[in-house]
Amino acid sequence: METQTIKNQEKVAKVTERISGSEAIVRCLIAEDVKIIYGYPGGAIMPVYDELYKYQDKIHHVLTRHEQGATHSAQGFARISGKVGVAIATSGPGATNLVTGLADAQIDSTPMVCITGQVASHLLGSDAFQETDIVGISTPVTKWNCQVTRAADIPAALAKAFYIAKSGRPGPVLVDITKDAQFEKFDFCYEKCTKVRSYVPIPKTITGTLEAAAKIINKARKPLIVWGQGIVISEAEAQFKALVEKAGIPAAWTILGASALPTSHPLNVGMLGMHGNYAPNKLTNECDVLIAIGMRFDDRVTGKLDEYACQAKVIHFEIDPAEIDKNVKTDVAVLGDAKATLEAILPLINTNIHKEWHQQFKDLYEIEYEKVIKGDLHPTKEGLTMGEVIKEINIQSKGDAAIVTDVGQHQMIACRYAEFNKTKSNITSGGLGTMGFGLPAAIGAKMAAPDREVVSISGDGGYQMTIQELGTIFQQKAAVKIVVLNNDFLGMVRQWQQMFFEKRYASTEMVNPNFVAIAEGYYIKAKKVTKREELADAVKEMMESKEAYFLEVCVEKEGNVFPMVPSGASVSEIRLA
Amino acid sequence: MNKEKQLFTISVYTENNIGLLNRISAIFQRRHINIESLNISPSEIEEVAKFTIVVNMAEDNVKKIIGQIEKQVEVIKAYYHDLDEIIYQISGLFKIKSELLFEERQIQNIIKESNARIVTVNKEFFVLEKSGKKEEIVALHNQLSDFGIMQYTRSGLIAVTKEEMKISELLETYNN
Repeated sequence: METQTIKNQEKVAKVTERISGSEAIVRCLIAEDVKIIYGYPGGAIMPVYDELYKYQDKIHHVLTRHEQGATHSAQGFARISGKVGVAIATSGPGATNLVTGLADAQIDSTPMVCITGQVASHLLGSDAFQETDIVGISTPVTKWNCQVTRAADIPAALAKAFYIAKSGRPGPVLVDITKDAQFEKFDFCYEKCTKVRSYVPIPKTITGTLEAAAKIINKARKPLIVWGQGIVISEAEAQFKALVEKAGIPAAWTILGASALPTSHPLNVGMLGMHGNYAPNKLTNECDVLIAIGMRFDDRVTGKLDEYACQAKVIHFEIDPAEIDKNVKTDVAVLGDAKATLEAILPLINTNIHKEWHQQFKDLYEIEYEKVIKGDLHPTKEGLTMGEVIKEINIQSKGDAAIVTDVGQHQMIACRYAEFNKTKSNITSGGLGTMGFGLPAAIGAKMAAPDREVVSISGDGGYQMTIQELGTIFQQKAAVKIVVLNNDFLGMVRQWQQMFFEKRYASTEMVNPNFVAIAEGYYIKAKKVTKREELADAVKEMMESKEAYFLEVCVEKEGNVFPMVPSGASVSEIRLA
Repeated sequence: MNKEKQLFTISVYTENNIGLLNRISAIFQRRHINIESLNISPSEIEEVAKFTIVVNMAEDNVKKIIGQIEKQVEVIKAYYHDLDEIIYQISGLFKIKSELLFEERQIQNIIKESNARIVTVNKEFFVLEKSGKKEEIVALHNQLSDFGIMQYTRSGLIAVTKEEMKISELLETYNN
């Protein structure tokens, strides 16, 4: 007993070491088990880079070609691994270039820690060279942020940053550290943060809500599950599958929820929202109970709110209390982490099949197949479709690849048609819709999961927003497969111009460079496909490549994505053409 | 019933951190909501700050705003109340030429009747302080403005609630 006590005391006793603030930053990262970080050096962060040089056997720093690329790579890393992604940049423009990635991570609940250098504390507010108020700028797009001006505050700030980024509903955090704090020596000691007094990461499930939800679900005759990324973040895939199967309820996904249940699962009835599948959109307005799990009723999912599932009782499983009743009024809110609440509700749920109800989904799928899917996947007319490219990738990957998409038509087509066997396989910019996300995110994903096949799919527009990250792929030898679906248009905007602006194609036509030459300029193997008969072999060659590979597929110029719920329309007004 | 705009006070108990004001005000700014008044002060609990924010909005929207405020990491708890549920005060300061105090009998009557307090008097000016409801301070302002006011300022609303807030108990549960 006595020796036990002594041992415990030894553990608690703080062992300190006198080191610089910049070394402390690197040591904190090591203590948080960070092995890869993405960033770009500059004046105010140079002391940290000097330490990264010393610790390069412990932390691999990936030099991206732009700080925005660093954030998206960190996001891709986080999304495929569930771990916190880390990006680092200098003050001023380095810091402001992080903003898009922060906003993207905030709206898509991605755990990310960004560390920025800042001018020395005595220069704060003096309009010093490369000074910018990044804490002020990043406040609305971070879950938490802070500025550190003393070396002694660095360990606690970073410990808190990692804890907040990862816990509860994850999100991006920014820690801004002045240059003098980086130089200052202090007695270093790192303690992981496990609690912040004012912060409740996982709300308590209110007594009786599980029972109330179960009662409604058991009575339902036409229930529909709509799930989101909450399942993926909480790693509740097994519990979710068990619930879906036991209750026999058709389940549809938001794009960030994709892959949490395999595409081939008989109860997976497809994608929700603006370019989602016909059946789940139509039947949202016919179900008697709508069970939302880990999703936030984004306007792209709901369409016109006044005409969204008004007939249904709504049950909302959610970790963030602010999402309850934010857009859709719920009858029962089950607060908590999805893994725990789904596990708890399972024994209360009756086994069911809902055969007739499920048949309605099948019938509507047949209509969608005839009117849309057949033409997308098995076109007979001239001109390659985006859909048939995705189909070829499915054939080659057997559904095991992680698909990283950018934003636009190709994204919707990829999400609609990609087959996913494994969770955390659909990495895309959902909420913010950040063109340029795909390529750098794919780098992060590949580095976090080197054993997985990672296919980056972009359009010719978004690809050119972060095309410089080909340099990162080359330098890092990241075996990312890069597909550009080139229609020489900003396709989604063009589609809207065609449908809603009488074909006035204002600034949507792209005069594109020789993409193959550009890839080859970065010493990346590259090929261009323009004909249907070349496609299968080219995709096969790309997928079999052991190193990075660039494939440009020239697709029909004015292809459109259907189905479509026009902006502001009800989900039942979904159009097939 | 909850869609009609009315005045609400939002009380936010927070950790006392740099930047939190920015974070909280951004929640209003982003939704294009005007803050009628804002006061930040220590609270009944050591090292816990209290924001008192007055807004004119529909109850449904106030509830959503409360959710967004509570979501901030360093916010301990946020509440909203209508004006009937709180005891509140606003303070007004009036700087007026001293000569008026002696030349205009009417001013002395106004001061007496309004229960305003003279904070200081010197050769050039005197300062009146009046605490109460907004309407009382506005009324006093209207009366005095006929004579000329050198400077006028009004504080944000501060309030205590009729019901118990139980922040200490809440903090106790957080600490355990």
